[in-house]
Amino acid sequence: MIRDITIGQYYPADSLLHRLDPRVKISGTLLYIISLFLVKNLWGYLAAALVLAAVIRISKVPFGYIIKGLKAVIILLLFTVCFNLFLTSGTPVFEWKFIRITKEGLYLAFSMAVRLTLLILGSSLMTFTTTPNELTDGMESLLSPLKKIHVPVHEVAMMMSIALRFIPILLEETDKIMKAQQARGADFETGGIIKRAKAMIPILVPLFISAFRRAGDLAMAMEARCYHGGAGRTKMKPLHYHRRDGLAWVAMAAFVALIIASRKF
Amino acid sequence: MSIILDKLNYVYSPGTAYEKQALGDIDLVIGDGEFIGLIGHTGSGKSTLIQHLNGLVKATGGGVYYNGADIYDPDYNLKELRTKVGLVFQYPEHQLFETTVLRDVQFGPKNLGLTPLEIDLRAYEALKQVGIPDELIDASPFELSGGQKRRVAIAGVLAMKPEVLVLDEPTAGLDPKGRDEILDQIEKIHDEQHITVILVSHSMEDVAKYVGRIIVMNHGRVAFDDTPENVFAHYKELEKIGLAAPQVTYAMHALQEHGISVRTDVTTVEEAKNAVLAAFRGWQR
Repeated sequence: MIRDITIGQYYPADSLLHRLDPRVKISGTLLYIISLFLVKNLWGYLAAALVLAAVIRISKVPFGYIIKGLKAVIILLLFTVCFNLFLTSGTPVFEWKFIRITKEGLYLAFSMAVRLTLLILGSSLMTFTTTPNELTDGMESLLSPLKKIHVPVHEVAMMMSIALRFIPILLEETDKIMKAQQARGADFETGGIIKRAKAMIPILVPLFISAFRRAGDLAMAMEARCYHGGAGRTKMKPLHYHRRDGLAWVAMAAFVALIIASRKF
Repeated sequence: MSIILDKLNYVYSPGTAYEKQALGDIDLVIGDGEFIGLIGHTGSGKSTLIQHLNGLVKATGGGVYYNGADIYDPDYNLKELRTKVGLVFQYPEHQLFETTVLRDVQFGPKNLGLTPLEIDLRAYEALKQVGIPDELIDASPFELSGGQKRRVAIAGVLAMKPEVLVLDEPTAGLDPKGRDEILDQIEKIHDEQHITVILVSHSMEDVAKYVGRIIVMNHGRVAFDDTPENVFAHYKELEKIGLAAPQVTYAMHALQEHGISVRTDVTTVEEAKNAVLAAFRGWQR
């Protein structure tokens, strides 16, 4: 079902990871992604995977729930693997007619698949454990130096959080419209590509209309509460660093050191 | 012709933090030609329940039988079931998508694979049933008023000629006049076409005048299932689950408490008037 799309969603639980400062989580995710690209050999991937597994464990988000997020990008993953597998030149290990798999291709396909999977799991773990509000606050605070060069940091952060907030709403709406059209005998499962594409019209038209209606309502509600952007705006829950955030920084530094060390093996 | 629900259970997102038992052990028999009010508080599971009736949602336990056939049988034709059990969702006007009113109503019959003539006939007939005037038939559905949009959407389901018509809060967001008009039209359709109608609402007041049976849902379970008179007699328990009996029920009970013996099992203002008049005449004599 369409509701199974979990990417970018928040998963409520009470864990150390949920309580961490969003700034730490955002920087940590960024560091993790960068270090994934520093990895040179199997040991590095193993370390990255094990650390991620441990962090998932700490987060108390069910593993199956996180894996579900991968379903949405499985096609992308397959594409990357196939391209790397069949189109990399080097010493061939397998040849049959026009299909040619090289040693380098095998390694590249493998490392790309692992890298992408860890990258997606790592970044979705951040959204699973951080509410959209915290995410925006963290983003805004991290990007605030850019305000000096007149980048509308608050506005960008606000747009991001609204976009994130609307993912589940629009998914629910899609689900509802699909059901309503199915109740009128619509069929989305059978037929060729053209027939299926046409079957999308009764979903897309109402969905667009409702998205615009909701956007209009939201803008109205924000104006009614005198929202006027970032200048002079105070926060109900200002961000503060705690001891656990310092410890998380130490752990992250250790992880990066480990990854760099793994390059020497 | 009947729908049988046998120990129906439904759990949302099992195995996650969002897990929620939406329906628990629902046993119901919905007979042919009945006019039923399904009442419950927001979140009582009534909208989830009706989506089981046409197989849009698959139960996590129990069974649904339509005319004796198990709808969860792998060979069962769910698409056909959906044309037999017409479901009108909450705010159905949000599902309109075509360029003209007529075309939108034709969507259902077209999906049934009928002949063009039959499609036209059914769409036109359905629009007449909900009281859409001829001059609006070729208008864009997005130009209509809220009440008119709602009717067009209801016509979209009626055009499939369902044997059972289920309406989820058909009067939500309408003014009292629009509400009465829609409910009167639904009653007329029920009487003329002899179809089963299930009216979902959170207001006893709205449905009391029309239905012959009331099913009250609370926390995903059936709390009451009886005639309106018998259900309203439990008005104190109804209040506990966040519902209220019609105002006339309270008025009649208040009269009774003040020593005026009137019938308290009335459900509409009309009946209440007659009951008060009867008591008054008895008192004069």
